[in-house]
Amino acid sequence: MERVLEIVHLKKSFGTHEVLKDINFNVNKGEVVCIIGPSGSGKSTLLRCINLLEKPSGGKILYKGKNILEENHDIYAYRTKLGMVFQQFNLFNNHNVLSNCTVGQIKVLKRSKKEAEEVAMKYLRVVGMEQYINAKPKQLSGGQKQRVAIARALSMEPDVMLFDEPTSALDPELVDEVLRVMKKLAQTGLTMLIVTHEMEFAKEVADRIVFMDKGIIEEEGSPEEIFNNPKKERTRDFLRRTLK
Amino acid sequence: MNFEWIVKVITNYWPMFLRGAGMTLFISLLGTIFGFIIGLISGVIRSMPMPESGIKKAILKFVNIILSIYVEVFRGTPMIVQAMVIYYGSAQVLNINMNRLAAALLIVSINTGAYMAEIVRGGIVSIDKGQFEAAYAVGMNHIQTMTNVVLPQVIRNILPATGNEFVINIKDTSVLNVISVTELFFQTKTVAGNNFRFFEPFFVACVLYFIMTFTVTRILRFVERKLDGPENFTMIYNPMQI
Repeated sequence: MERVLEIVHLKKSFGTHEVLKDINFNVNKGEVVCIIGPSGSGKSTLLRCINLLEKPSGGKILYKGKNILEENHDIYAYRTKLGMVFQQFNLFNNHNVLSNCTVGQIKVLKRSKKEAEEVAMKYLRVVGMEQYINAKPKQLSGGQKQRVAIARALSMEPDVMLFDEPTSALDPELVDEVLRVMKKLAQTGLTMLIVTHEMEFAKEVADRIVFMDKGIIEEEGSPEEIFNNPKKERTRDFLRRTLK
Repeated sequence: MNFEWIVKVITNYWPMFLRGAGMTLFISLLGTIFGFIIGLISGVIRSMPMPESGIKKAILKFVNIILSIYVEVFRGTPMIVQAMVIYYGSAQVLNINMNRLAAALLIVSINTGAYMAEIVRGGIVSIDKGQFEAAYAVGMNHIQTMTNVVLPQVIRNILPATGNEFVINIKDTSVLNVISVTELFFQTKTVAGNNFRFFEPFFVACVLYFIMTFTVTRILRFVERKLDGPENFTMIYNPMQI
């Protein structure tokens, strides 16, 4: 299987506080990996390190075999290969729905406006937001914003999609519409790395579950292994508390 | 009777007043625009993330120090004194005979720029960090992030403060009379001197200043509303056409 991302001995500290201690794991092409774990375990930091929004303190991140932490690596080109979906949506407030999805394509990928709009429309249809292209972010509900944010990331046609707790900031009744879109994407063979607290969702869509606690990966395995037969005491503990 | 004198002043000297008012508007408008541009550029530079490598880091630090000195010096000294120092300094020290209008534009621009630099910096700081991160996440560099995402929002937010600067400039260009720029105050002083009447010409100038500032604030209010766009949006019921 083709490895898209390979994380080797990744470390991250904020001052003296060590958030990521020694992270090793891979993401293969077409795989859906869900990262679960208690708050403060470093899940989001890991995702942000992969995207270089946080600078790792040590270790390697290999993208298709090349270490992107080497000095001469073009981080801007690398970031276009990763689609990022944030907890707080972070839609560009000064752009409407359509241009949120085209501005990156036009300015960074240098696509023509026409091509960018075609691509954007394709993905806005996937997330069911094609009727809202004229709306500004402040005119949308949280679930709608997050679906546009997913379309914006997809419009860059990345190799891997990173989701940083995409439903944590949503009202409970809006969570489903976002999860539905993500399930649909998982079925298309898109490579996805998802930090989530939605256990049922993780169980259903993940090919692999990574359980993190206190800055390390405690356990990693198929959903059946993790949810039905966890090996570590901490994993059992966490699942008992979250699943009830 | 003062009223007769006011009529007399207006009928005899209206072209002088108008030219003076025109000059005042011209200097303060261009000065505000240039100052705004200086502020934006300085804001973009001062919000740049520190590069890793030694040389780039040193250059950026140096530029930041220069910008800080510029802001502090020009905010911390009166424009009337700056006008004297720059205009007569260039003549006596550098032997450059500056055009009065060019000197006036230079002084108002760099003075406004110093204030605008701080206003823009405040505007950039107030933008949610998520906007930067989302822009970086689609692969934009600092300049692209600024021009496509951050500055359009900053400009909207600092428009009221910019309007303030414009109004202040309309009034404060009057200090340029010390280097004999023929703006409204200088013209009024001339009219007053010619007639040995002071109240009436300056009363006319007062009204003219107020008309200018009031009109400008109204126009800026209108521009603000335009920039905010419509409250509502239209749904596209047949998106296949796009």
